[in-house]
Amino acid sequence: MGKTLFERIWDAHVVAQDEGAPAALYIDAHLVHEVTSPQAFATLRERGLSVRRPDKTFATMDHAIPTRLPTSPGEQSPAGQQVKAESGTERGGGSLNSVDMALWPEDAATQVRTLRQNCAEFGITLFDIEGDIQGIVHVIGPELGITQPGMTIVCGDSHTSTHGAFGALAFGIGTSEVGHVLATQCLMQKKPKTFAINIEGALGTGVTAKDIILAIIAKNGAGGGVGHVFEYRGAAIRQMSMASRMTICNMSIEGGARAGLIAPDETTFDYIRGRAYAPTGEAWERAVAHWRTFQTDEDAVFDREMTLDASALAPMVTYGTNPGQGAPVTGRVPKADDLEDEAERRSLQNALAYMGLTEGQPIEGQHVDIVFIGSCTNSRIEDLRAAAAIAKGRRVSAHVEALVVPGSKAVKAQAEAEGLDRIFSEAGFQWRGAGCSMCLAMNDDKAGEGKYVASTSNRNFIGRQGPGSRSLLMSPIMAAAAAVNGRVIDVREIL
Amino acid sequence: MMQPFTNLTSTALPLRAENVDTDQIIPARYLTAVTQAGMGDGLFSWWRYKRDGSPNPDFVLNQPQYKGAEVLVAGRNFGIGSSREHAVWALTQYGFRAVISPGFADIFYNNSLKNGLLPVRLPEEIVNRLLDLIEEAPQTTISIDLENQTIALPSVSGEQWTARSFDIDPFRRWCLVRGFDELDYLLDKDKQISDFEASATF
Ligand code: SF4
Repeated sequence: MGKTLFERIWDAHVVAQDEGAPAALYIDAHLVHEVTSPQAFATLRERGLSVRRPDKTFATMDHAIPTRLPTSPGEQSPAGQQVKAESGTERGGGSLNSVDMALWPEDAATQVRTLRQNCAEFGITLFDIEGDIQGIVHVIGPELGITQPGMTIVCGDSHTSTHGAFGALAFGIGTSEVGHVLATQCLMQKKPKTFAINIEGALGTGVTAKDIILAIIAKNGAGGGVGHVFEYRGAAIRQMSMASRMTICNMSIEGGARAGLIAPDETTFDYIRGRAYAPTGEAWERAVAHWRTFQTDEDAVFDREMTLDASALAPMVTYGTNPGQGAPVTGRVPKADDLEDEAERRSLQNALAYMGLTEGQPIEGQHVDIVFIGSCTNSRIEDLRAAAAIAKGRRVSAHVEALVVPGSKAVKAQAEAEGLDRIFSEAGFQWRGAGCSMCLAMNDDKAGEGKYVASTSNRNFIGRQGPGSRSLLMSPIMAAAAAVNGRVIDVREIL
Repeated sequence: MMQPFTNLTSTALPLRAENVDTDQIIPARYLTAVTQAGMGDGLFSWWRYKRDGSPNPDFVLNQPQYKGAEVLVAGRNFGIGSSREHAVWALTQYGFRAVISPGFADIFYNNSLKNGLLPVRLPEEIVNRLLDLIEEAPQTTISIDLENQTIALPSVSGEQWTARSFDIDPFRRWCLVRGFDELDYLLDKDKQISDFEASATF
């Protein structure tokens, strides 16, 4: 019997396998950010350990950092939150390359300083906010060519699954495990099961990768993939750009999976070629030949399998407080009585009470207060181009605050070179610096109490985008359409 | 060195909710710390405090009959969402030593084991039965015997509850019982790791 792509990568990385114990798995690339690493470095220091492979470890700052600077102390940030400013210096927005951290909230500044100190002490490459390369860790890894097929990649962040789009086994780990990988370049892992997700057919106009993954999660539930690694396969996947593949793999974790994988092909190799960390010359040829072997054999058997017809999908919107609670924009919020399972019913009723939505209401027409285009799910240049095409020549609705947060400085620069920033600004969107921003609202980008956020991010949990925030997850074009209409509409009506 | 876990007898707190995510267990604003301290105060913060910061008396954690409970019983799919180990630190700092649920998210499950917090998977109907029992009689104690992998309710008569066994992988149980840190295990593999690195072509 043949092997699946997952098994191929797994088998190539088992360093030790003692009976009754999880495997010790070798890690090829370890990505680090400011929020989940300080306690791991502290453990190393306490125990007198060094970082085993600083050359395989890369750090950046993205979660806690501001995506714009206050122009004056105490200024209101657009989403109604007070921007804390400590010094009296007046300061323009614009480039964040030279950063006056005195204007930052103290705790974010402390995390950034701690990361700098840890990287300097342990000899780790840091892509600092004061340099030209910085952004959401899952955007810059691929962008720099660090992410390559056949690798194992980990990060103290659940959306590490994004890198699976390149045929790399990539998953999130906790802070203790960050310490294990720093010290030993290995991780104790129980072998997950495999789950093939076949996506056949072609996507219709206005339907995107985001809608595919939201549909998969709506079908399987937020816990449907627990203990499994998804492999996305089929015609729809093969036709997709790397950006779209990353959007899908990114939200594998929302489907409960340990990781998501897509077998590498010419699209993958074309994307990697020429990037900073990509092999060159003869090494490139050898690498590509090696990468081509990371496929699932025809006779390989998956533990579970499902099939989805992409051509039957409509744009998706979530109405609840977990990513499995989503419906087509053409549909309605379900009624509790229609659900058979008691726990699902309770879950729906609690979610709707928090969301202020009613059973059976149509998705289309739902009021929106804030629009957030960004996050590691949908902040790449392709996402911004698609959203800008909707924004162009239109105006953000008078009651809506809309922000666009590029995934990295490189995405920002590219967008500005293409004039996307002007399109957004003219339409009334705010144009920000790179970071996680309102995806998790650790910085000042917070939606206010009770506000509806049309968001391209990945999580609609209670309070995720700010205390009392109500997230409606959707694709970038759906979010842009919501911004200019002030309510959720089917983007296909205005394409 | 992790706190060893062998036996635990305690009252339990019923959290009748499914898909409890790590943002509910500990919201992002508590993640700004660079140490592990202070997480207990943030536990279930959205539910536990009103917006003005005062305790929400309707939330089970604030109800006096459940004070001191070291076991948390929750609905299916506990700990979904982010990889933040802060969620586990919040639970252990508050005083929980075991969580019983029909199922856990993978990363949360792994993080728990590294901090001496025992995640116990039981079939949903049994978890629902437990929730009923501890809601009806909050003084009910639960006894968890990790070595023998059983859960008993000493004060509840046999008709309503008989001891149940639960599954846990033997290596994980071994680590928990001894308070053994996986990092030591990996550090011991230094030779194999070096050999692996030497033989790697990519
Ligand atoms: S953008 Fe959101 S989901 Fe992605 S890494 Fe940042 S906080 Fe996590």
